[in-house]
Amino acid sequence: MYAATVGARRYVFADLKTLLARATPPRSGDALAGLIADSGEERIAAQFALADLPLTTFLNETVVPYEQDEVTRLIIDSHDARAFAPVAHLTVGGLRDYLLADTADAPVLTALAPGLTPEMAAAVAKISRLQDLMVMAAKCSVVTSFRNTIGLPGRLSVRLQPNHPTDDARGIAASILDGLLLGAGDAVIGINPATDSPERTHALLSMLDGIRARLDIPTQTCVLAHVTTTLDLIGQGSPVDLTFQSIAGTQAANKSFGIDLALLTEAHEATLSLRRGTIGDNVIYFETGQGSALSANAHHGVDQQTLEARAYAVARKFRPLLVNSVVGFIGPEYLYDGKQITRAGLEDHFCGKLLGLPMGVDVCYTNHAEADQDDADALLTLLTAAGVNFVMGVPGADDVMLGYQSTSFHDALAMRDLLHRKPAPEFESWLSRQGLMDKADRIRPGVLPPHFKALLPAGRA
Amino acid sequence: MSKDDGVPAAPDVDLWTELRRLTAARIGLERSGASLATAPLLAFQLAHAQARDAVHAELDAPRLAAEFAVHGVPVLTVESAAGDKKTYLMRPDLGRALTGAGAAVLAPHAGAYDVVFVVSDGLSARAVEVHAAPVLTEALALLRAEALRIAPVVIVKHGRVAIGDAVATMLGAQCAVMLIGERPGLSAPDSMGVYLTFGPNAQTSDAERNCISNIRPAGIGYADAAFKLAHLLKAMRKRGVSGIRLKDDSERLRIGGG
Repeated sequence: MYAATVGARRYVFADLKTLLARATPPRSGDALAGLIADSGEERIAAQFALADLPLTTFLNETVVPYEQDEVTRLIIDSHDARAFAPVAHLTVGGLRDYLLADTADAPVLTALAPGLTPEMAAAVAKISRLQDLMVMAAKCSVVTSFRNTIGLPGRLSVRLQPNHPTDDARGIAASILDGLLLGAGDAVIGINPATDSPERTHALLSMLDGIRARLDIPTQTCVLAHVTTTLDLIGQGSPVDLTFQSIAGTQAANKSFGIDLALLTEAHEATLSLRRGTIGDNVIYFETGQGSALSANAHHGVDQQTLEARAYAVARKFRPLLVNSVVGFIGPEYLYDGKQITRAGLEDHFCGKLLGLPMGVDVCYTNHAEADQDDADALLTLLTAAGVNFVMGVPGADDVMLGYQSTSFHDALAMRDLLHRKPAPEFESWLSRQGLMDKADRIRPGVLPPHFKALLPAGRA
Repeated sequence: MSKDDGVPAAPDVDLWTELRRLTAARIGLERSGASLATAPLLAFQLAHAQARDAVHAELDAPRLAAEFAVHGVPVLTVESAAGDKKTYLMRPDLGRALTGAGAAVLAPHAGAYDVVFVVSDGLSARAVEVHAAPVLTEALALLRAEALRIAPVVIVKHGRVAIGDAVATMLGAQCAVMLIGERPGLSAPDSMGVYLTFGPNAQTSDAERNCISNIRPAGIGYADAAFKLAHLLKAMRKRGVSGIRLKDDSERLRIGGG
């Protein structure tokens, strides 16, 4: 039991998960689950109690029972006590101060990551303002590689997302052409297929690999099919650079996605065995998002931000190239408006980075959420300032297959110009060789470079 | 203008006009510097305003019921527990639940059926108003040889996918086929999805469903959607499973089998 007193009133919180939920800044998903504080005062009282909580509490009290949940077992069994030692004597509030101090630089934070549990990271986020989340995340450095290097200081990479409602190869190629000309694709060229059929996935994988090889692009490609589909295709010799999967923070939520840790381990090993990376062996692309566990009725009474952080424990077991919080995709039942989406995006980026993950964020919203392009602009700018590894690049910010708004090639260019971020170095050199940069080293395509005619439909090439 | 203005260079304007025929994606947009020029910016804002309006439109259930009635199966109309659009958007739990009144409408029709077709507005009433009847008509034609015991078609206002499980359980149907309006995109405010579930019940998870998404003339057409629907339904009845354990291999069949 945990408690805090404000004036004459004593607030009591039955257990750790209740304390965490009551301390969480407001969002519709936690209200839907019946977990939020009853008043503003109760929320801040919970934040006081949380700030005073010794970090060791998280090693002794779990929010989802150890016996019932393999994600909890992963968190507890893989905890690195030696890495934890420098902060073992601290409270949650003390950890926040530790992370903000000038002494907590990138090497210190990298060494600390295996000593922190997702729940510790989530707790710090709950008592932090947006600015704190940005400052702390910006100090973390998480660099990964496959055919290029993602996450270096001063860099901002972009996933080129050329989705098409019927997976039409020529329509997809047209979007890829547009994106490459505008400097997108260094994180990955990744398609969400319209259907999860193995034949279609194989055809798309072959097409993407053909384009990458013909234009000699230093990047990786991915078709975001279910892990079981990709695993089968690896066995049949399809050109798989990265294996994709959506993951969540409880065993039951992962079951609703049709996965468990054993399946992910099998897929990770199978993808590694292909040895397709030229400069690195980070071969996994994960996507996450607050609210997925509640959506699957698998939340165990835990707030959605804490569960999102637990998904990062799953992610870090597999040394992914990319982890993407698709923050506004789930809809207003979980994140109601631009304000809630903004906070969640910065929380996820911070927690992921602190836990040692190469975080990107799909800054996005659906048409049934109370959000618009102004909200997306604000979050994208905050994340870029906070050092996000990658964001999405969707033609005109309008995903015509998934039916939501993400960030555009132009948005990414605006961030690169405004906040002086460069693409991944290998990709930047390639862009320069294609003649796509101007004299001031900005990405400003002129006439179509001859090589790119390979992407045009037959008859134009 | 010179190329430093960011506008697509003159020789390429025709190229982008041609490429835009291959995709509804917003490609080759006019720029100024790295930013969108005024015309594409306002075109986007208009599309967003229209999609927002579509989300909040209400379903014309009586008209839809009249269209389904031609198939000779009874058509029942119920509402989810959400009651209204705003509650529907904020409370997915209520959109998955039948009301007592809804259960009372279904109860007299309980029996032993092979399949129930459920139609719900979801996030786009217009999607099912336009696409549900044609897809259902073509699918029923393809399934005629199966001599299925088909339950009454159930129209659910303000329903989520999982309310199909509750409907199938109430009626005693072995398979649920839910036709539902998908969240509107800027270029597709009227896209329909179909979710197929074998043995639906209160514990059914999303991994146990097969989905055909993006059904609309510019996406997956009616004939293709009906073919996939009929194929998946036959396959799940034969194998007694649905979801990720039942891969959609209808394309291979179509290519191989003509």
